[in-house]
Amino acid sequence: MKRMRILAYPYSVWMAIFIVVPLILVFLYSFTEGDIRNLAQLKFSTRSYERVSEPIYLKVIVNSFILATLSTLFCLALGYPVAMIVARANPKVRSMLLMFLIVPMWMNFLLRTYAWMSILSPNGFLNRLLEFFGLPRLEIMPGKTAVLLGMIYNFLPFMILPIYTVLSKIDKQYLEAASDLGANKTRTFFKIILPLSIPGVVSGITMVFLPAVSTFVISGLLGGGKTPLIGDLIEQQFMWEGNWHFGSSLSIILMVMILISMAIMSRIDRDGKQDENGHAKA
Amino acid sequence: MAKEKYIIELRNLTKSFDGVKVVDSINLKIKENEFVTLLGPSGCGKTTTLRMIGGFEEPDEGEILFEGKLLNPVPPYKRNINTVFQRYALFPHMNVFENVAFGLRIKKLPKDEIEERVEKMLRMMDLEKFGKRHVDSLSGGQQQRVAIARALVNEPKVLLLDEPLGALDLKLRKEMQIELLDMQRSVGITFIYVTHDQEEALTMSDTVVVMNEGHIQQVGTPEDIYNEPTNRFVADFIGESNIIEATMLEDRKVMFDGRVFDCVDTGFGTNVPVDVVIRPEDLQIVTDPEKGMIRGTVTSVVFKGVHYEMLIENEYREYMVHSTLMFPEETQVGMNVQPFDIHVMKKEGYG
Repeated sequence: MKRMRILAYPYSVWMAIFIVVPLILVFLYSFTEGDIRNLAQLKFSTRSYERVSEPIYLKVIVNSFILATLSTLFCLALGYPVAMIVARANPKVRSMLLMFLIVPMWMNFLLRTYAWMSILSPNGFLNRLLEFFGLPRLEIMPGKTAVLLGMIYNFLPFMILPIYTVLSKIDKQYLEAASDLGANKTRTFFKIILPLSIPGVVSGITMVFLPAVSTFVISGLLGGGKTPLIGDLIEQQFMWEGNWHFGSSLSIILMVMILISMAIMSRIDRDGKQDENGHAKA
Repeated sequence: MAKEKYIIELRNLTKSFDGVKVVDSINLKIKENEFVTLLGPSGCGKTTTLRMIGGFEEPDEGEILFEGKLLNPVPPYKRNINTVFQRYALFPHMNVFENVAFGLRIKKLPKDEIEERVEKMLRMMDLEKFGKRHVDSLSGGQQQRVAIARALVNEPKVLLLDEPLGALDLKLRKEMQIELLDMQRSVGITFIYVTHDQEEALTMSDTVVVMNEGHIQQVGTPEDIYNEPTNRFVADFIGESNIIEATMLEDRKVMFDGRVFDCVDTGFGTNVPVDVVIRPEDLQIVTDPEKGMIRGTVTSVVFKGVHYEMLIENEYREYMVHSTLMFPEETQVGMNVQPFDIHVMKKEGYG
């Protein structure tokens, strides 16, 4: 085993160059001001952090969290039943359903979002369909609803797959045992299936929430710049405004918030297990 | 004696998987408080039969009666039957107490009654210290007891046990066999027990049901099954035996190995080909070959603890003999057998 360690060296070097060093730079820029190309004359400053706390930017951050939370909740509500259907299907149907879930992901993310644009835009497919049936038009794009729809569509597979994996691994004997002990299907679900699937739910939430909170393409294309998210703001600072210090502090803030959310999630996941393990030591 | 009360009746029960009949027209009556064992090699249909009684498999044909009422349409969660599963199936997200309390909580019994009944059951199973333990931290024997406690706490009328001792080592198995038997006697519940271990079946059961390839071969007390097997399969499966092709000359006279033996069996007719079973321990070896009914040469000797297992060959066949006396290889010996130790069976194709 020890010899295999050598195989990890290239990755360690890669990590050091492309992850650790940039992180240090981002951290450095966020606490300084001055010419970013000349590290020697950078001066310590908390001005970019003070700027983050201005109402206009706070609103963007809060918006990002609300949209990310909403899309995560919708993905969970839509994804859990789908995961259950897939896990319970017979093998042939199951692999077909999994294909349906995975094939769209082979297509480029941008392309899929453009497709949504052509569906949701004022003269898009949706409105023409509504017109055809004599129904009122929907003005959802550009706007928050369109952004939310785009997020749910793009991130749904990341909710379904981990939940499906956990559900399909639950031993059928547990379900038979529950039924044997008098539990009907509903009670078996709430007492056995749901608690045993929590690890899948937690990783699904993590896998949806993280990209959702930092996304910038979806809100740009479907939100039409009306509801900028924290990801858009960061992109703007680096690409167009050239204010790397402000962009860096925004990135650090986003990172800290993600770390906090992840800590909470792993706490929930662990609590589920600790309930038993904690008792086990008693 | 009054008419006996049957708690479970199987009528022409049939089940196929992928076109293969796993259980084929089984008929069986099980009395109240009986310890019944379904015994047979793997794939004989014993577990499928048990699962149909539990409600986990739907029979293709036939009826299951519970206290005289049709049980087929009743879903498992409404049956007054509980199961101890082969791999126990203890809920991994609950501690021992919660596992045992599961059935009572589903029934929405008052909290203190649940607590009282679970505690009592844990005490009975010697598990009172383990209530708060996680099920994964228990040994195989302890998990097995939790599984039994979880089923028994519901006070079912019938307990189904699917090879519950299969995962335990030999010593623990023997202990648990005795514990299970005591428990069955004290709680007065009908046990339907599935095993492929003939010794276990003979030790524990009131009635043994020997199954093979979806058919019941023989139903009887352990003594009947051992002493009077109805066919080659049962004789072969239950303990070691010498099975000899012979001819029934007339009542109480059977011929094999070129001579006529006295026996106690009647009613087979005259000059009918039959199978004869002689258990290895029923052959007595005599040193003087001339004094034996059968003569032969010892070809192999194996020490088995309590006895020696010897193979003795004559011109017709090889006999297996169990004896506390040892005769070295190459020795010429004679063998005698008592008339009541010769078991004559009807000849029939099996397997």
